[in-house]
Amino acid sequence: MRLGFTQSEEQFRAECADWLNAQMAGEFADIRGITTLTEKAERRKEWEQHLGAHGWSCIGWPKEWGGRGATLAEQVIFAEEYARAGVPGRVNHIGIELAGPTLLALGTEEQKRRFLPDIAAGKTIFCQGFSEPGAGSDLASVRTKARLEGNEWVVEGQKIWTSLAHISDWIFVVARSEEGSKGPKGLTFLMMEIDQPGIEIRPIKQINGDAEFNETFFDGARCPADSLIGAVGDGWRVAMTLLSFERGVSTLGQQMAFRNELDGIIAAAKANGTASDPLIRQRIARAEIGLQLMRYGAMRMLSNTDHSKVDGAALTYKIQWATWRRNLGELAMDVLGQAGEVTGSPEYEWGMLPNLFLYSRADTIYGGTNQIQRNLIAERGLGMPREPRGDA
Amino acid sequence: MDFAFTDEQMMIAETAKAFFSENATSERTRAAMAGDGIDHALWQAFCTELGLSGIGIPESAGGAGLGLVELAIIAEAAGAQVAALPMLGSLALCAQAIVAGGSADQQASHLPALLSGETIAGYAHDAALKADGNALTGAAGFVAHGGAAGLFVVTSNTGAWLIAADAPGVTVTPLTTMDQTRPFARVTLNSAQGEPLANPAEAIAAAHRAGFVTVAAEGLGVAQAALDRTVAYARERVQFGRAIGSFQAYKHRLADMVVEIEQARSAVYWAACAVDEGSDEAALAVHAAKSFAADTAFKCAGDMIQLHGGIGFTWEHDAHLYFKRARSLQSMLGSGNWHREQVAAMILGEAA
Ligand SMILES: Cc1cc2nc3c(=O)[nH]c(=O)nc-3n(C[C@H](O)[C@H](O)[C@H](O)COP(=O)(O)OP(=O)(O)OC[C@H]3O[C@@H](n4cnc5c(N)ncnc54)[C@H](O)[C@@H]3O)c2cc1C
Repeated sequence: MRLGFTQSEEQFRAECADWLNAQMAGEFADIRGITTLTEKAERRKEWEQHLGAHGWSCIGWPKEWGGRGATLAEQVIFAEEYARAGVPGRVNHIGIELAGPTLLALGTEEQKRRFLPDIAAGKTIFCQGFSEPGAGSDLASVRTKARLEGNEWVVEGQKIWTSLAHISDWIFVVARSEEGSKGPKGLTFLMMEIDQPGIEIRPIKQINGDAEFNETFFDGARCPADSLIGAVGDGWRVAMTLLSFERGVSTLGQQMAFRNELDGIIAAAKANGTASDPLIRQRIARAEIGLQLMRYGAMRMLSNTDHSKVDGAALTYKIQWATWRRNLGELAMDVLGQAGEVTGSPEYEWGMLPNLFLYSRADTIYGGTNQIQRNLIAERGLGMPREPRGDA
Repeated sequence: MDFAFTDEQMMIAETAKAFFSENATSERTRAAMAGDGIDHALWQAFCTELGLSGIGIPESAGGAGLGLVELAIIAEAAGAQVAALPMLGSLALCAQAIVAGGSADQQASHLPALLSGETIAGYAHDAALKADGNALTGAAGFVAHGGAAGLFVVTSNTGAWLIAADAPGVTVTPLTTMDQTRPFARVTLNSAQGEPLANPAEAIAAAHRAGFVTVAAEGLGVAQAALDRTVAYARERVQFGRAIGSFQAYKHRLADMVVEIEQARSAVYWAACAVDEGSDEAALAVHAAKSFAADTAFKCAGDMIQLHGGIGFTWEHDAHLYFKRARSLQSMLGSGNWHREQVAAMILGEAA
């Protein structure tokens, strides 16, 4: 057990920080500090490509696919320095954190060649087409249909809550390929190009006024017969493999964004005097402690190499951070007082802390709601009986 | 950066776990509760046969070397059985104070008896202690296992002394205590002659660090055991024709325990490791660990009673041992609010 970093790792940290700070002070100064997912999307695609061109996009991937083969410690360091430098979140998050690792694990050589270098180069932006109007927590009840017609899959149906579909190039879709099948059987995991007549995207406005997610309609949408990961009918396993990558190194970068939010609250509390309120002090201390425990929980999860046992740190990570952040949003508003409920913008646009308050209500919903997380912890972690299924 | 146990640490954990679950049985603990709150045979075995008492004490001082991570591993295992042992007072607080703040002579004359278990030591803190030279007058109200102690480390906010329990001017009054596995005593000093520790500031700081981490680690053990025992019960107890563990309200409460326990685990080993590595984060980490893990222990022990129903409220069931230990972990060595205020002061500055 060792928490510190070695000399050469600290050197790597300095190298990351220098490069990132130089970019944020220079060519990409206009995107520094952006906290929403949608702002200046086009510039941020250019940023993805810039990262790729300098070999900083997917440093944990093997060199042959556009990565650096970086060690765990180096990935941790890069993620931390990335956020510390005020670099906005990756608009290709789904491509680099989910689609890429899934292709690395389950894709064919041909598919790896076809997709991985372009994902790393920021040329292929992916979005995730899992949820449907009738299939949210119960993902296995998806109804979107896929049938083979000659050399192509033809897809009919609807996805919903598709984040960033409007700026993406590709979408992966879990579709029912076996007529009359039910539940996790008979599903296939397809990769489809978005820019085609059979796919239509309509934005959905969210409670914070932003429109990060969309409805995605498939009406005779097409992709080649081999544009699938895994075998026909094996889509559930592929989807589950993909979701397991949600607990990767990106969590550490995310935490640095949380650090910026907590620092914003601390600064606001000092400025308006609430920093001397003993109850606010207790809550800020709890938030600080919670953030540290998130960091070390992630370190434990990433350091764990024994995958034969259920990893409690990994299993609890989602509900831990989501709940922490929701509490943080409430703390932010209690520190700001009524001043937090007005914005200077005529456009219903919110600063970092009020936006945190609103957006964090989604954190406990997407990626498996808190209730679903509790089911998983009790069932997988503790071996409790599974929830019964209805017939409907 | 590697936040996983080494093979050696894993071995210590297995040894400690096996030792406590075999020997610190409910029956033996209850026998100790009827006496001075110490299973003396267990303490002897722990100190001499297993030789675990020297862990966290440098070899130069007669210990086994290693650090707070290993001490925490042992405290976690002891906490999981609510073992009736004077480990906190004797080893974590007093021995650490003597190692960090005692002269070579003081170490040589006191540590061997503490590590062999021959002498039990109690940590008596009185912020208002009056020291006339080394003649001490004051009182410490809640000295853990004080009734069994032969030696006290007495501290004020700035000074630290050694004093024998049978020295003139020392009165020890054992108190009937809610947690009978760690009863308190009131220690009163009336111009009692103390032997000053050479470096009191170091002694106090080291005792605090090790004490906070040990309490936190015990809390982690308590919480995990409360969960494990409740999970076992959830499988076997049937109501409404199904195992009670199949009810979602029940499952979710278990899941919430896991979420807290995983964070407590991170807290304990982060703090222990930060102290061992001399990291800048250590000061914050020990307060975080103490407050978080003690609260986790209390939450889980409370849930253990609720999720067992009536049987959990009986004297016969062990749930109350965990519950009472958890309560004392929360209040000893500073309340959760006090520890969080220390954290707040570090990030916000002193309270106005
Ligand atoms: C901001 C945002 C971005 C998103 N991005 C994407 C995306 O890019 N791609 C994508 O595919 N999806 C995305 N989603 C969808 C997200 O994954 C779903 O919203 C989520 O899985 C919940 O499904 P649902 O909305 O249908 O709610 P439901 O499943 O209908 O749940 C409603 C309520 O019932 C509870 N509930 C349901 N089942 C159980 C149960 N078994 N036990 C106890 N309680 C239960 C839930 O916890 C919830 O409180 C996004 C969602 C949000 C909010």
